[in-house]
Amino acid sequence: MADIFKIALLFSTIRLATPLLLAALGGLYSERSGVINIGLEGMMLAGAFTAAVVTHFAGNPWIGLLAAIAVGAAVALVHAFVCIQCRADQVVTGTAINILFLALPALLSGAMFQSTGATPQIPQQDLMPVAPILLAFAMVPITWYVLSATPFGLRLRAVGENPEAADTAGIRVLAMRYKGVVISGMLAAIGGAYLSIGQSSLFTRNMTAGRGFIALAALIFGKWRPVQTMLACLLFGLAEAISIQMQGVVNIPVEFIQMVPYVLTIVVLAGFIGRSRPPRALGIPYEKR
Amino acid sequence: MAAAFVVGAVFILLLGDSPIETYSLLIGSALSWPDGIGYTLFYATPLIFTGLAVALAFRCGLLNIGAEGQLVMGAFAAAWAGITFAGLPALALVPLCFLAAMLMGGFWGAVPGVLRARFGAHEVITTIMMNFIAVALASYFTQYHYKEAGDAILQTAPIGESARIARLGKFIPGLPERIPLNVAFFVALAACVLVWLFLWKTRWGFAIRATGANPAAAEYGGISTGRQIVLAMAVSGALAGMVGINDVLGYRYRYYDGFSAGFGFTGIAVALLGRNHPAGVALAALLFGAFLRGGLFVDIFTEHVSKDLVLVLQAVIILFVAAESIFRGRRQVASRKV
Repeated sequence: MADIFKIALLFSTIRLATPLLLAALGGLYSERSGVINIGLEGMMLAGAFTAAVVTHFAGNPWIGLLAAIAVGAAVALVHAFVCIQCRADQVVTGTAINILFLALPALLSGAMFQSTGATPQIPQQDLMPVAPILLAFAMVPITWYVLSATPFGLRLRAVGENPEAADTAGIRVLAMRYKGVVISGMLAAIGGAYLSIGQSSLFTRNMTAGRGFIALAALIFGKWRPVQTMLACLLFGLAEAISIQMQGVVNIPVEFIQMVPYVLTIVVLAGFIGRSRPPRALGIPYEKR
Repeated sequence: MAAAFVVGAVFILLLGDSPIETYSLLIGSALSWPDGIGYTLFYATPLIFTGLAVALAFRCGLLNIGAEGQLVMGAFAAAWAGITFAGLPALALVPLCFLAAMLMGGFWGAVPGVLRARFGAHEVITTIMMNFIAVALASYFTQYHYKEAGDAILQTAPIGESARIARLGKFIPGLPERIPLNVAFFVALAACVLVWLFLWKTRWGFAIRATGANPAAAEYGGISTGRQIVLAMAVSGALAGMVGINDVLGYRYRYYDGFSAGFGFTGIAVALLGRNHPAGVALAALLFGAFLRGGLFVDIFTEHVSKDLVLVLQAVIILFVAAESIFRGRRQVASRKV
């Protein structure tokens, strides 16, 4: 009995950690290149909505997933253009993206399906409950390898730490940042798609419910490194799994378990448990002199 | 602004409605007397508070994404005071509720301020986290400690009669009392004046602006920038907390979980569009207040467009204003070291 409970908890943890991990790894590419991505939440919503709609019409989750990735890249491109080209405040821009994709899916689904934000139910056989999980956890070693051992990863980190030096060394700073942000949009969109065509079978209004922000928290908790970020996502997934399974079982109010990721992030950010240091040029637009 | 409306018009066309009709519906329903104007001003009230909160923090070089959490805590504190001290006369209870909202909001703002000033934790992340913690805490206390037995809705028991503040319908002929516009609107206008005086006519305001404009120079000039950061965040949080006055003391007469329609986030748009100046904030808040009111009518009376159009417009306005600041040759927010 206890074992079954533990195994169920393990699977539930992995399932719940998957969207966080995809979005957090996405955030990692953007932020290591020096661009803050508060808009992860909005990009996840964009991906979730696109995946649900396209899968509904195409009847194939892979097409839905590809469409979600394309839309995630497009949204990220907007974020990148406004942040990198127009040198706008990255946090403000990300907030706008979040507001936009809270509203836009509802607006569109209202017109397309006469609903208040939900898309039609997708039949069971058209869902993809496993592939995104494998993809998410495969992305951890891939990201680690890309960042630490490829020229692309080295350049990405260089423009995030010291763009002037990178520029002097002949790296195209703005182009690298564009790539970082677009990758982040694609991964966040996959994370969102997993929510709508993996875990559930339709899109509902604001279905991410703050997961983009928890992903951001995991990224900071994981000190902007892939493996640590994965561990943070698993921890936060576990917190959510416990809060779901414990409902009504023990006497700790759910609200307190839900707070765990947020409190931990503040604690680690304040340096009470080891310092979490962001990339040095994070949030600072680059201007060629 | 105009560009945002054009983008909005494209969306409306794509959805299959007429942009002209939709916009005239949006504006017409927001400006009709008495309902339109009454509700527009009612919706503008919390946005003035949150807009001021974000603008004041901006002036110190801080981005307060946490107005949402601060207003939740402020509103809950106002309700708590209104319930706990229900027996007091209005003359004592109303100021007490004001104070509770401001202190609690101010505390919720000061914590990220201290974390930033003392430990270098970036306020954007900590305020986001504090938002979630605020919502969880408020719903916990509502659910387990302050709810009326048997109430299916997640809301507290009503506050004492004497804690209620008057609706403007009492004083203004032609304005029915069912419209929730209340005294808090004038409190908000007064807050605009006070914030202006504070920022531009006091020593503390000067120190805050100096810290925002150039922290290194401010420090060199003998200003303790850490202290200014905490002060700015505390005042910012107190302003956001005052949203509770409008909703708890002037409208619902209780704390209702989820009462805020994202006022804290709209506050960012309000501050940005108002160029971080109290007068601009008041005007921008009126505009977004009109959006919120008009959006409800667009929702009902157009075939395809829902009230979410208003949020889309808001997001597009933020994007355009944020992107254009570069063309004006000065950045809205001093570049921040993370």
